[in-house]
Amino acid sequence: MNVLEINELNVSFATEEGVVHALKDVSFTVPERRVVGVVGESGCGKSTLINAILGLLAKNGRIDGGTILFEAGSDLTRLGPAEMRALRGVRISTVFQDPMGALNPVISVGRQMANVQYRSGRSQAEKMALAAAMLRQVRIPDATAALGRYPHEFSGGMKQRIAIAMALMMEPALLIADEPTTALDATLEVATIELLRELQEKIGCSVLFISHHLGVIAELCDDVVVMYAGEVVERGTTRQVFNDPRHPYTQRLLECDPARQAQRVRRLPTIAGEIPDLRCRPAGCIFAPRCFRRFDACAKAPPEQDIGGGHVARCFLAEQPETAKERT
Amino acid sequence: MNDDPILKVEDVEVTFTVGRIGRRNAILGVAGVSFELRRGETFALVGESGSGKTTLARAVNGLQAISAGAITFEGQRIDGLDRKAMKPLRRRMSMMFQDPVGSLSPRMSVGDIVTEPLRIHGFEGRDLKDEAARLLPLVGLPLEYADRYPHQLSGGQARRVGVARAIALDPVLIIADEPTAGLDVSVQGEVLNLLNELRERLGLAMVIITHNLHVVHHVADRMAVMYLGRFVETGATQAVFGAPAHPYTAALLSANPEPDPDRAQNRISLPAEVPSLLARPAGCEFHTRCPWARDNCRTVAPPRVALEDRSLSCHYPLKPGARPPRRERP
Repeated sequence: MNVLEINELNVSFATEEGVVHALKDVSFTVPERRVVGVVGESGCGKSTLINAILGLLAKNGRIDGGTILFEAGSDLTRLGPAEMRALRGVRISTVFQDPMGALNPVISVGRQMANVQYRSGRSQAEKMALAAAMLRQVRIPDATAALGRYPHEFSGGMKQRIAIAMALMMEPALLIADEPTTALDATLEVATIELLRELQEKIGCSVLFISHHLGVIAELCDDVVVMYAGEVVERGTTRQVFNDPRHPYTQRLLECDPARQAQRVRRLPTIAGEIPDLRCRPAGCIFAPRCFRRFDACAKAPPEQDIGGGHVARCFLAEQPETAKERT
Repeated sequence: MNDDPILKVEDVEVTFTVGRIGRRNAILGVAGVSFELRRGETFALVGESGSGKTTLARAVNGLQAISAGAITFEGQRIDGLDRKAMKPLRRRMSMMFQDPVGSLSPRMSVGDIVTEPLRIHGFEGRDLKDEAARLLPLVGLPLEYADRYPHQLSGGQARRVGVARAIALDPVLIIADEPTAGLDVSVQGEVLNLLNELRERLGLAMVIITHNLHVVHHVADRMAVMYLGRFVETGATQAVFGAPAHPYTAALLSANPEPDPDRAQNRISLPAEVPSLLARPAGCEFHTRCPWARDNCRTVAPPRVALEDRSLSCHYPLKPGARPPRRERP
């Protein structure tokens, strides 16, 4: 079963300078018990995607079409505010980059963790006991005493772990994690990823993991969705996408990662050009203006090409691996 | 060219007072660090958040008073200078702050932002339009961007504006605090290439603070790894990456996620939490998390050992490729 199934989702924002088409025909699924990573440059629509799923689009945002099916049942694009409220924090929960955004600085950690269980019908003592158990799971030392402390008394890594504990308190079906480790340094980042994986397996939830850190995605995720300028350009399992990328954008993106340059270089590779203006999207392939493999057909938007085994890329040349000659 | 260091930091300490009145405590944010920087050199500071990287950078720039040690910039002692005495020196060293958009005033046009340092330092005589036209191409922005406002810029463009402002007064030293945090890999490459180009062309010295170790590997000549406000290991980047000798450096480098789903992990995991600065551990301050710690590490602070290509504070420097000893779980 798919916990989340997004079909042909289109989202636009009305701005003073015109209508911005932030998401165009976005389709992908988050299967049960899988960790799906979304990668892409800033401005590629990752945050819009999350907000559309959560029903939290800004007032000027509009879903122009498509469906977001949750647990093979309700279409989230059609639910009212009250129905969405009943889902958020219970069936779908979130962890963001900045844990202080999720934690109230003037309420003790224990009370906040009890508060998120307000729909559970448990007694206060049960809520506190569960909160302490959850803190132990995220390896907060001395969990019972920690319940009485305030967020500022914890280190950055611990705060993020508390935010994760809170998000998983109600055992959601889907956890949306938006750059949860970006603000952490390497050792804490790895520890947080390992913890997230462990809890995901234990609770049996699915995770939609947003990051622009390719190393973290490679390490944590089962599947990857690559976004560019509001479109899904490639998706597949992590191995398929990282070991055999078929869309030129994915290929360039992976090449640009300094982690892939084993030898020290002074000049790092980049992708020439800029993201197109989303107010007037080019008619053909969205990546064509920056792509060195473009040819006449790219004036028309390519459909998703199936490479097999669930690996899909939106490029006419997806089934023809690039040659060394083309590279130069 | 004169080969004296542009910047000399000697045994610098920064103290903060914390706690309520009557229960005040002093903590050492930076606990005695030293390094030198020459023209055209890039020095990277790495370490966990809270390890004192930004505090040290602010101390160098005179934004943070130091409680001990000395900072010498272009042969002149600059610690303890007041604002007025510091102002002319600020022309020679500039700072790039972490948040690219947040460090740009939303009410000023890009042209005004990049020429603001000239106005502050009394160069109104120069034609500011000309200056903007000089600076924007240097950072690869078209001239028409002079009339745009920060909210109209992408993250990468905002960084470029930050770089243009940082070089407006022809500094000899740039301190860049997380210059690429939050940027995707392609734009990150652009910003780092730009800084590197400017370093070569203008002979700048740079201090880069980052927790992205891949970035350090490619851009820094020398690096220092900070832990609880001290340099635990410092040396040539190539040497440190090739064979980390301090256990913390080794753990940090092994924790670096690689974009390869099939890579063997071989991580050195660190138990326990980072200790509080209010209760620094006795002996070697890293012993609470060090997989190699022995008895005397818990009681005797390690001396600073100078090796051929680095210096470090450890009783038992690691041999290349060392793996942590197996131990019983408590």
